[in-house]
Amino acid sequence: MAKKSYRQAINEAIAQEMHRDPTVIVMGEDNAGGMGAPGEDDAWGGVLGVTKGLMPEFGRERVLDTPISESAFIGAAVGAAATGLRPVAELMFADFMGVCFDQIFNQAGKFRYMFGGKAVTPLVVRTMYGAGFRAASQHSQCLYPIFTHTPGLKVVLPSSPYEAKGLMIQAIRDNDPVIFFEHKVMYDDEEEVPDEAYTIPFGEANLTREGDDVTIVALGRMVSFANQVADKLDKDGISCTVVDPRTTSPLDVDTILECAEETGRVVVVDEASPRCGMASDIAALIGQNVFGALKAPVRMVTPPHTPVPFAPELEDAYIPSVDKIEAAVRDVAGYAR
Amino acid sequence: MSDRIQAITMPKWGLAMEEGMVVAWLAEEGGAVEAGQEILEIETTKITNVYEAPAAGTLRRRGVAEGETVPVGALLGLLAAPSVPDAALDAFIENFNANFAVKVAEAEAAAPEPETVTAGGIGLNYLRMGSEGGTPLVLIHGFGGDLNNWLFNQPALSETHDVLALDLPGHGRSSKEVGAGDMAMMTGVFGDFLDAVGIERAHLVGHSMGGTLALVFAMEKPERVAGLTLIAPAGLGPEINMDFIDGFIGAGKRKEMRSVLELLVADPALISRDMINDVLKYKRLDGVDRALRALAEGLFPDGQQATLALDDVARLQAPISVIWGQNDRILPVAHADTLRGQVQVHRLEGVGHMPHMEAAAQVNRLIEAALG
Repeated sequence: MAKKSYRQAINEAIAQEMHRDPTVIVMGEDNAGGMGAPGEDDAWGGVLGVTKGLMPEFGRERVLDTPISESAFIGAAVGAAATGLRPVAELMFADFMGVCFDQIFNQAGKFRYMFGGKAVTPLVVRTMYGAGFRAASQHSQCLYPIFTHTPGLKVVLPSSPYEAKGLMIQAIRDNDPVIFFEHKVMYDDEEEVPDEAYTIPFGEANLTREGDDVTIVALGRMVSFANQVADKLDKDGISCTVVDPRTTSPLDVDTILECAEETGRVVVVDEASPRCGMASDIAALIGQNVFGALKAPVRMVTPPHTPVPFAPELEDAYIPSVDKIEAAVRDVAGYAR
Repeated sequence: MSDRIQAITMPKWGLAMEEGMVVAWLAEEGGAVEAGQEILEIETTKITNVYEAPAAGTLRRRGVAEGETVPVGALLGLLAAPSVPDAALDAFIENFNANFAVKVAEAEAAAPEPETVTAGGIGLNYLRMGSEGGTPLVLIHGFGGDLNNWLFNQPALSETHDVLALDLPGHGRSSKEVGAGDMAMMTGVFGDFLDAVGIERAHLVGHSMGGTLALVFAMEKPERVAGLTLIAPAGLGPEINMDFIDGFIGAGKRKEMRSVLELLVADPALISRDMINDVLKYKRLDGVDRALRALAEGLFPDGQQATLALDDVARLQAPISVIWGQNDRILPVAHADTLRGQVQVHRLEGVGHMPHMEAAAQVNRLIEAALG
């Protein structure tokens, strides 16, 4: 099986769905690039090249370059979804989502509910998130908790190339609005990805490691960090389960609680800000539901509650690191009342 | 006394295997071992299996400790006569390790890769290993399986034979088109497959549903079948454990799939998380769910097997060797008694529905014996 990057996996997923279903369209800033200007067509393929090659293959009618106006083109995508297309809209950086909250929260996220289940909104909003790209505080945030907070939206955080392809195809086929978060530092990560189309269902957590001592719940890019920690500690006699929820909405609460109950010791790793985040949410679910099984307080490994710093040294210190996760796991593993 | 030194090296079980862990030594250093004696238990991320001595001799050195993980091809131990001096063993080890990197690179370059052919209008994935010449062996997996099910058999058998393993329609990396999902479709595609890979006549080794395929094909095209090894073949009686068939089709989560796959084997510890992951990944592919449902509907309508015409089977000229696990929980071992004619039946103790994985070395010997 061929190794493919996270970027290729997402591109291939979109291309295969465009082949399968003529109602799938792609739109966003520079998704092809070079529109209306002399020079190369398909010059960009999105700011980091994820949609490169789609315009030459499927044409300008299905791969639309939009003006730099998120409120306009996300609104257009919501309308297109409500009237029979399956748009995959790229909102470049999740940080820019603020200007189209109404379109996402009040329109896309509410149609199905407010129209008595008779309206579907098969929209995918692709967006980049995460720190580590030296892109400063306006281009580095992990804003998925905000979307997870809003009922009516599905929120996806693929943790590897294999996951990205299967979750993207699922997102395109899903009849509800899906916010698809791509970690910009992971685009060149590679692993074996099948050539055929496949889907990974939403709301089903993946256990990337299985162990007896500590459960690490990790999201997005943090899953690979947690795996590294689990592999390292396994040699030191601490065996870890790593839970990748895959989607934060719907969230596979059952699997998280089951694993927490089995090990009795839990570390939650989240790259998003700590207040009102997934880590605190998951820690609360565990505390409420399986308190009796806990052998140690649930530890959260998150950044501090600050903007993402621009200075490289500070940015590196900000992101939850393998070392910090390892320290937290050792801490809960050794905890005694 | 021979002064020959025989290296015991980490085997390569399956295309994806890169390293293995020595779980336990089953023979003492300095002790005599027979050829074929189980001397090591080796664990990969996918499965644990025993390793048999490639030759008789004294286990002079155990080079790897229990619990240690080493790459494929690495030296695990040495077999030699007691008369071989220690200095010769030391020199052998030094020489082996000095050339190890080169040998690994050569082995990687020569490693067989799966290929695709078009047969019956669809793409079929298959792996061919071994030497040209002689009657080829074709390995045919069962319902929900793929060519990787033969990971312990194909490499061993290919040392002396031309061995092909294919992914049946709807399975593995082959096309997920299964048409009517019945045996006529399967044998039609299978005949075209043999044509496409240039095989006129072969010895067929079929497991479960693949066993039915082999039998039916032998009845349709007796001139193309030199012999049959049937491992827990389907189609010999109405009873089948539909908990497995329905469970396999329905299971989407790891836990559900584990309990389904555990039905396949006598020792549930054989089912590793990698094995479960591989099955789940296969089941997520577009078209697989439809293909499996069509096959189940075509082959086991109303929860029963369509039984083959056993009188016709009895008239087959080709010798038939049947291998069945006494603890098979999918197809009852009693079905073996229904076969008449040129049939030899081997019932294996403590083995479930996957004898070729659960008792690989024994099954390999039985296949070799059937080939004559």
